[in-house]
Amino acid sequence: MKLLTGNDLGSGAVTWWTGNGWSIHVEDAADVGEHGEATLLAEEGARRVNAPYIIDALPTEDGPRPAHIKDRIRALGPTVRTDLTLKPADPAAGDWII
Amino acid sequence: MYKYDNYDQAMVDARVAEFRDQITRRIAGDMTEDQFKPLRLMNGLYLQLHAYMLRVAIPYGTLDSRQMRMLAHIARKYDRDYGHFTTRQNIQYNWIKLEDCADILEELATVEMHAIQTSGNCIRNISSDQYAGAAADEVTDPRPWAELLRQWSTFHPEFSYLPRKFKIAVIAASEDRAAMRLHDIGLELIRQDGALGARVFVGGGMGRTPMIAPEINPFVKADDLLSYLEACLRVYNRYGRRDNMYKARIKILIHEIGADEYRRQVAAEFAHVKTLGIDPPLAELERITAFFAAPAYDAPDVEPDRNDPDFAVWLDQNVKPHKQAGYAIVNISLKPIGGIPGDATSQQIDVMADLAEKYSFDELRVTHAQNIVLPYVAKRDLYAVWQALRDAELADANLDLISDIIACPGLDYCSLANARSIPVAQKIATRFADMDRQRDLGELKLKISGCINACGHHHAGHIGILGVDKKGVENYQLTFGGSGAEDVSIGKIIGPGFDEDGVVDAVEKATEVYKALRQGDERFLDTYRRVGLAPFKEAIYG
Repeated sequence: MKLLTGNDLGSGAVTWWTGNGWSIHVEDAADVGEHGEATLLAEEGARRVNAPYIIDALPTEDGPRPAHIKDRIRALGPTVRTDLTLKPADPAAGDWII
Repeated sequence: MYKYDNYDQAMVDARVAEFRDQITRRIAGDMTEDQFKPLRLMNGLYLQLHAYMLRVAIPYGTLDSRQMRMLAHIARKYDRDYGHFTTRQNIQYNWIKLEDCADILEELATVEMHAIQTSGNCIRNISSDQYAGAAADEVTDPRPWAELLRQWSTFHPEFSYLPRKFKIAVIAASEDRAAMRLHDIGLELIRQDGALGARVFVGGGMGRTPMIAPEINPFVKADDLLSYLEACLRVYNRYGRRDNMYKARIKILIHEIGADEYRRQVAAEFAHVKTLGIDPPLAELERITAFFAAPAYDAPDVEPDRNDPDFAVWLDQNVKPHKQAGYAIVNISLKPIGGIPGDATSQQIDVMADLAEKYSFDELRVTHAQNIVLPYVAKRDLYAVWQALRDAELADANLDLISDIIACPGLDYCSLANARSIPVAQKIATRFADMDRQRDLGELKLKISGCINACGHHHAGHIGILGVDKKGVENYQLTFGGSGAEDVSIGKIIGPGFDEDGVVDAVEKATEVYKALRQGDERFLDTYRRVGLAPFKEAIYG
């Protein structure tokens, strides 16, 4: 599957295209299939997101898992500061990245 | 310390107002990111993995307690309660919101700070010796010259759009504590027949093509220095490669045309520039120098009581001789075992500010090794300083030991990185957590970069580690034999790379080889240079 991601213009937070908007949770990300480029251009043109790009991901029971470690770190947060990730209460969340 | 005059303050205030307007237009959708990006970069604002990152300039790594407290305040109010001190003697905030950025810069401007020219293809923050003004081995204080260069390079109309970024370091001691020859221009202030001048080295750098700067001029008189540097930059600006960003640094130009030809062209340009009256009048030099007058030393020359063994270890490792009797230079390690190199919480930053105000004539320095220095501490106060540092978890006695690791933010934060740096640093520091073991190994400078851009200075590490992306998996190459000091050298890759745990094991094996082969007071680097790679390679790859 393919996901569309970028950073929110105002906060800089990592965001994922859900099919009709943006979410900071990769679990909400939609498979953009072969239409990602058109959405990317439209969203970038609307200036709602910064530096959007399309990535490969694998579907899993828990939602999409980006193929590259860089995007998994983007999705969760820094592996060295679990308190600053999106799942600060889950010390094992970092295992998802590695 | 230098204090802004009305011109300095007006320029910084105007830039804040200008950037506020640009941010407003960007958020309103009146500007595209392509239009906005070069503007935000000129104000030190990057977009990193998780958020915007703001890099704040700390000129030649020098700041006072008021400025340090402002850095803590920014971290507390606008970021996530910590800051990251960098190898460029700056500080970075990792979680900045675009809409807050102008307010942050406005607050910084109230204490004579900014983020101008901390990015972009311009002359970046001038770096210098963190012991400037306090070192026993300096021929003069390099800070007035670094300040002069700061003023010369700030908003320099010719050098705002260079082929590539440009870094200058200034030292004035035989011991190089600023990796001077690994800069685009390195200046070593010296005296010749009583006259002050500088050895000028041009074309050094790390990154994907590491080079040691060759000496372009063995002595440029102080009176000519600004004109000479102007000539150096002009030749680069004219002929530097703008067609290929990977070949655009001045080191590539000098490598391609040769140091002799570059030297000839600079000499010709200098003959012209010198007629333009760029060099400042003596009165201006004296005005700047007056800001860096020695503090009012008044402490008796007493040795601290060494009865507390932990304090004694810290004294031996982190406290350095001062040129003034009765005083010492205190190094505050930002490298706790298992911690993140260079990170400090808002509370810790405040503690360091308080200590500077109370015990160090209100001055601090940031080092290129991502530590903090209190440059003027009376020996009678060392125990009190150590106790306060210990209470703030800032008293690690590991300066220049294997756990005093330089590490870039790596893939945990940086959008350019290929691999994580910090976890490797944490694992190595933890493996060598026993302080007796570290001290037995002695000076061992270990530096980690998460990509070939080498922000973690791995080329200059006695042991260097470079993280690479090997088909989507983090892999770490080892280099041995680098040095950023006066015995400058570029490390060499020792063989195939390792995974994260493998590279930690390999480092440990290298230290065992060193312990078996060292002679006398040899450091790891000395033994490696004497015996070569073979015994290390045999032990590591077997």
